[in-house]
Amino acid sequence: MIKLNVNGRTATVEADPDTPLLWVLREQLGLTGTKYGCGIAACGACTVHVDGSAVRSCSFPLSAAKDRKITTIEGLSHNRSHAVQKAWIAEQVPQCGYCQSGMIMAAAALLAEKPRPTDADIDAAITNICRCGTYQRIRRAIHVAAGSS
Amino acid sequence: MSKGKSAIMIGQLRGGTATIVGIVIATGAVVFIQNAAAQNRLEEGREKFRQMATVFQHPRCMNCHPRTDFPRQGDDRHRHTMNVMRGPADRGAPGLHCSTCHQSSNQTASGVPGAPDWHLAPPRMAWDGLSAAELCRALLDPARGGMKPNQFIPHFQTGLVRWAWSPGAGPHGEMRNAPPIPYERFMVLTREWIDRGAPCPNS
Repeated sequence: MIKLNVNGRTATVEADPDTPLLWVLREQLGLTGTKYGCGIAACGACTVHVDGSAVRSCSFPLSAAKDRKITTIEGLSHNRSHAVQKAWIAEQVPQCGYCQSGMIMAAAALLAEKPRPTDADIDAAITNICRCGTYQRIRRAIHVAAGSS
Repeated sequence: MSKGKSAIMIGQLRGGTATIVGIVIATGAVVFIQNAAAQNRLEEGREKFRQMATVFQHPRCMNCHPRTDFPRQGDDRHRHTMNVMRGPADRGAPGLHCSTCHQSSNQTASGVPGAPDWHLAPPRMAWDGLSAAELCRALLDPARGGMKPNQFIPHFQTGLVRWAWSPGAGPHGEMRNAPPIPYERFMVLTREWIDRGAPCPNS
């Protein structure tokens, strides 16, 4: 049994300590906003926050989540009021949308650390993959969320 | 002075001279042997380092000691995929730290390698393109992140260094190659190199 703090709530789960956090979130806690993409930490669809930093949950073991503050897309805000969520809607970023929860979490982590990112900062931080090719809208929305556009 | 007394004195003088010459020769021989032994130990030390260098120059170590602003991957030392950057503190870019993907141990499910405090060596500790001799001098140069001889053993015992010998499997299950010398042998070589004064190869 491992006690987790997810989106401000305490949850107790039972799983192998090596289980990727992604599967605990989706299958045990029902938080399906976090997506499975590649499973090798390459695409970023599974991005969540651990203690405020972006983490690819397909490569983050449950054992490492103990006593850490985990935030998923469901907990980023309670009413879609986070600056990144608002910018995503304003800029109509998603196409199919599958990768977008990971994109939003990665963008939010970047802005928490670098409130006014340059294009180079965005290129270095947002390495998530979008098969629809929404990269330009993502870049624009990050600048909007930062208040720099 | 009688002839007899004179002959005795000459004999004593010759004997004394012979003794002094003998002592000088013996001392010289001792110094020569000591110098030769010291030279042998230095050369042994240089040879120990040449063997150690095969570890430093292995991709498991070299990929995270790059001269570039990005890490490298694989035995072919290709650029780290996903545009991963060094970042201001050698731990990735703001928003995408090494710890976004690399945890404190290898991840079986994803094949992503991990060890405690996963990060790049700073640029002053870049090893790309260095010969064994240059690498040795860099390791001992404080300006290039070098250490005193007594600091090597604790550093080589850290989890991040030891990871090179337990690199785990990649995402497709293929085992990563470890350095050519077993860890225990590498540590013995390091101790022997230090015991011999941590000399560097001449070239």
